[in-house]
Amino acid sequence: MAGNNNSRTMRINLKVWRQKNQNTEGRLVDYALDNVSPDMSFLEMFDVLNEKLVAQNDEPVAFAHDCREGICGSCAMVIDGEPHGPQTGTTTCQLHMRTFSDGDTIVVEPFRAKAFPVVKDLVTNRTALDRIQAAGGYVSVATGNAPDGNAIPIAKEIADMAMDAAACIQCGACVAACRNGSAMLFVSAKVSQFSLLPQGQAERERRVSRMVWQMDEEDFGSCTNMGSCAAACPKEIKVENIARMNREFGRAMIFGRDRKQTAED
Amino acid sequence: MSQGILRYLGSTMGRKYIMAISGLVWTLFVLTHMLGNLLIFASADAYNFYAYKLTSNPLIYVAEAALVVFIGMHAATGIGLRMRNSRTKPNLYAVTPKSAKGASVTSKSMIWSGTITLVFLILHLITFKFGAYYETTVDGILMRDIHKLVVECFSQTGYVVWYGVCLVLVGMHLYHGVASSFQTLGINHPKFNNAIKGFGWAYSIVVALGFLAVPFYVFFVKG
Repeated sequence: MAGNNNSRTMRINLKVWRQKNQNTEGRLVDYALDNVSPDMSFLEMFDVLNEKLVAQNDEPVAFAHDCREGICGSCAMVIDGEPHGPQTGTTTCQLHMRTFSDGDTIVVEPFRAKAFPVVKDLVTNRTALDRIQAAGGYVSVATGNAPDGNAIPIAKEIADMAMDAAACIQCGACVAACRNGSAMLFVSAKVSQFSLLPQGQAERERRVSRMVWQMDEEDFGSCTNMGSCAAACPKEIKVENIARMNREFGRAMIFGRDRKQTAED
Repeated sequence: MSQGILRYLGSTMGRKYIMAISGLVWTLFVLTHMLGNLLIFASADAYNFYAYKLTSNPLIYVAEAALVVFIGMHAATGIGLRMRNSRTKPNLYAVTPKSAKGASVTSKSMIWSGTITLVFLILHLITFKFGAYYETTVDGILMRDIHKLVVECFSQTGYVVWYGVCLVLVGMHLYHGVASSFQTLGINHPKFNNAIKGFGWAYSIVVALGFLAVPFYVFFVKG
C-alpha cells in the first residue's frame, strides 16, 4: 500500500518504547519513517517500520494484534499518552495515519499498570482481566438445547443497555488510561451485562463480589471518577456502568444472602 | 457487624463508599458553617450570639466528635487509596493527554487539595476555636467575642491571602467531590447527570464564595 501514492506520503518521527523483557529497563527509541501513506492503519505503519528494522538486521518492535478490524481487543498501544490514540471510539488497528500530519513526532508506549506487566516492547500481559472474568463473569446454566430466543421477554431499553455493556472487548484501555490503574470500567461492563438481564439475577450478588475480590487481588487501583477510562474506551462503554456496579456491590454488601460465605471465598 | 461486611468495606469499592459518605457529611457541614458565618453581615452581636447558642448546646460535643470521626475516616481512607493507586500505576506516560482521555485538574489534585484543606482546618481551629478569648455581653449574657478575633485576623493581609488560597482549594475539592460521591453511591442516570454535575459546580462555588465574602468584607469594609 505504501508508495502507491507518493505525492501524498508523510514523514513520521516515532519514539517507541523498547524493552527486552519483563526484567529489563525499557526506554524510548527514535525512528523516522518516510513514505507513510495516510491510508495506512497505525499497525500497518508499524509493519513498515518492522520490515525496515528486519532489513537492517535490527530487532522488530513487538506489538500485539490479531483481527485488525476493531473487534478482538488485542492491539494495545498508548499513542501520545492516549490509549488507542487520539480518536474516540477507535481501536489502534482502526486508527489511520491521516489522523496525523506530515512531520509529526508520535510517542508510542505500552499500556501501563502494575497489573499489566510488559512482556516485550509494546506487548503487555493482560491476563489479569481473564482471571477477573473467570471469578464470576458468567451465568451458570444447565446444559441442553438452546432455549427459544424470545422465551424470556426483555424490554428493548434494557436489552440495549446490556448489549452496550457487552460490547467490551477486554482490551484494557480503561486500565491504561486511568491514573490509578483501575479496572472498574471493565469489571462494571461485565457486571452490568449480566445484572441487567433476567438470566443474570440468580448469581448477581456473588458475581459482583467475587469479581471485585479478584480485581483487588490482581492489584488494580481504585476509581476516583476521573472518567478517562470511558473517554479512552474504543467501544464507548459509559461510566454509568461503574455506578451500576457501585449499586450492585452495595446491594450485595447490605442484602446479600450469602454475603458471609462470599466474603470468605 | 459481621465479618462479611468488613471485607466489603475494606475492598477498593467499599473504601470508596467510606470516602463518599464521610465526604458528604463534611459537605453538609461546610454549608451550614458558611451560612452561619454570613451572620457577620447582620451585626457583631448576631454573629456572637449565634456562636454562643451553638457552643452552649451540649449536643455540640456529639456533633464535634462525629465530625472528627468522619474527617479522620475520610483522610485515612483517602491517603490509603492514594498510596495503593500509586503502587498500582507506578508510571504515567511520556505525554500527558489534553483530551478527555486525560484527567481534569480538580480530579487529579484531590490528594493535594485535601491535604492542604486538612492542614488549613487544624490551623483554623487553633486560630479561632482555641484562639484568643475576648468577652462581650449581648442581651445581658456574658459570652465570647469571636467577632473581635475574626476582625483582628482578617485585617492582616497575609492571613486574608492564605485564607483565600485555602478556600479556593476547598472549592476545587468540593467541585470534584460532590458530583463524584453521587457516582460512587450509584446515583447516575442520563436524565440527571448534567443536573448532578451542575449541582456540584454550584455547590462548590456558593460555599467557597460564601466563606470568602467574610474576609473581603472585613478587610475592605471594616478594616
